[in-house]
Amino acid sequence: MLSSELEQPEVIDAETELAATADIQEAVDEPDRILPAIEFRDVHLSFDDLKILNGVSFTVRRGETKIILGRSGGGKSTTIRLILGLLKPDSGQILVDGEDITHYTEQEMMRVRQKMGMVFQEGALFDSLSVYENVAYRLHEQGVDEETVEKEVRRMLRFVDLEEAIDKMPSELSGGMRRRVGIARALVGDPTIVMFDEPTAGLDPPTARTICELAIKLRDLEDVSSIFVTHEMNNLEYLSSEYATVNDSGEVVYEMEGKYLCLINTEVIMFRDGKIIFSGKDEQLKKTEDPYIRKFIRGKSD
Amino acid sequence: MNPLKNFLFQLQEISLLIWRAFAGLFRRPRYIGETIRQMDLIGVGSLPIVLLTGFFTGGVLILQTYPTLAYYGGQSEAGRAVATSLIRELGPVLSALMVSGRIGSAISAELGSMVVSQQIDAMRALGTDPIRKLVAPRMIALIFMLPLLTVAADIFGIIGGSVVASVIFNQETNVFITSVRAGITAEDIIGGIIKPLFFGLIIGSISCYKGLSTTGGTVGVGRSTTNAVVLASIWVIVFDFFISKGLQTVLDIGRI
Repeated sequence: MLSSELEQPEVIDAETELAATADIQEAVDEPDRILPAIEFRDVHLSFDDLKILNGVSFTVRRGETKIILGRSGGGKSTTIRLILGLLKPDSGQILVDGEDITHYTEQEMMRVRQKMGMVFQEGALFDSLSVYENVAYRLHEQGVDEETVEKEVRRMLRFVDLEEAIDKMPSELSGGMRRRVGIARALVGDPTIVMFDEPTAGLDPPTARTICELAIKLRDLEDVSSIFVTHEMNNLEYLSSEYATVNDSGEVVYEMEGKYLCLINTEVIMFRDGKIIFSGKDEQLKKTEDPYIRKFIRGKSD
Repeated sequence: MNPLKNFLFQLQEISLLIWRAFAGLFRRPRYIGETIRQMDLIGVGSLPIVLLTGFFTGGVLILQTYPTLAYYGGQSEAGRAVATSLIRELGPVLSALMVSGRIGSAISAELGSMVVSQQIDAMRALGTDPIRKLVAPRMIALIFMLPLLTVAADIFGIIGGSVVASVIFNQETNVFITSVRAGITAEDIIGGIIKPLFFGLIIGSISCYKGLSTTGGTVGVGRSTTNAVVLASIWVIVFDFFISKGLQTVLDIGRI
């Protein structure tokens, strides 16, 4: 009796301890979410005498979409290439998930790149590989078995609504389809950070809209942090004022912000001559007095 | 950048490329399938042109030297003349030049257009090192296949020489073959196989470097392709001299 009395509290102790660990786990998970997905700290970069980035600092929070606006050659694409480690900055720091990647070697970057997806301007599909092989590329490189690969490739192609093109070659696809395949390829392996480099440039408005919807879907339904480089104002309009949700019949629908919620997970930064001249919400951007920004958003960027 | 600085810079980049390509061979993943595919493309694919080049070079050597040899009464040594020059010099150099024209241009054009269409960036973004995936298999394939192609060119050159000797100059084939066998030594053959190993490395590294350093869109691809072929050919010929001198010293061949 005595022994059982003694044992009793011990059992409870173990249980509470377990519960406490779970609590800590949750508590630890939360600060993790506060850690920014991407952070630039006073980054400088120049090619020969040309200054591309001149003291750029910004953060992309987890689950946030950062829209980078600016004229061509303003350092937008360079920013993305720096995050991927395809380029190295002259000075400053770049952090991915709190990890300082500034001086990582190519070998160390390979590991960091596993959690990133990149959508290139023209898709940058491998010409010699079919759509299936393109999307499966990352998995093939990792030596995943073919059955899993096929399942994953089909899931990704369904996500971009292109499952019927699985056996085609890139040369047989239209510009918009090529970019959607590029998106599918970038999303294999469920990256937590996705970067879009002018994904809608040169596309017709409905196709451009589809690409934006994919980005919205990733942001709202898949909890992906992303950088969306563009110079098209309607992209900004879609991304900063619509959200994706699933309706009662399980379909993904896009709704305007306003009545039920206000989007706080999308922000805009604007580059000019390697510097950030604006950072904030789209509403603030529209109200700005800066003559350069006013010209830019009215479509006369000179 | 001044020319000397530019030259040193390119030399440094090419050396680094070679180092990275070979250092990567000892780590996973290994691209064995890709290497075999490149061997097929480079080796089997270049076989017809290399054989034709070898055959007619052997033929023309006999065509030009036979009358002179006959003048000195040395026509029975015709086989020795063609075999020595083919195995020591012409086989390795001509095969390397043909391969640099066919394969060097193909490699730099392919890699160059992958650079300008951002496919190389995409590859890196997807976690693959393009040097290990694209450069190493091509270099290895060239280094392995060029000696084999050279041997094939040598054999076809000797056949070409014997055909010309018997058809045009009515020399008995066994006289020709006897002279060939008497003329060449094991050192000649070893030297003739060592040379293309270096030539393969030169062609592979220059064309991969030129391809990967392409800038300026489609015009840039054209420019780097031309540069790759011209540079590879020149360096094959320049290195040929120094390798020959080195082989003479090491293997003790061709001394007076």
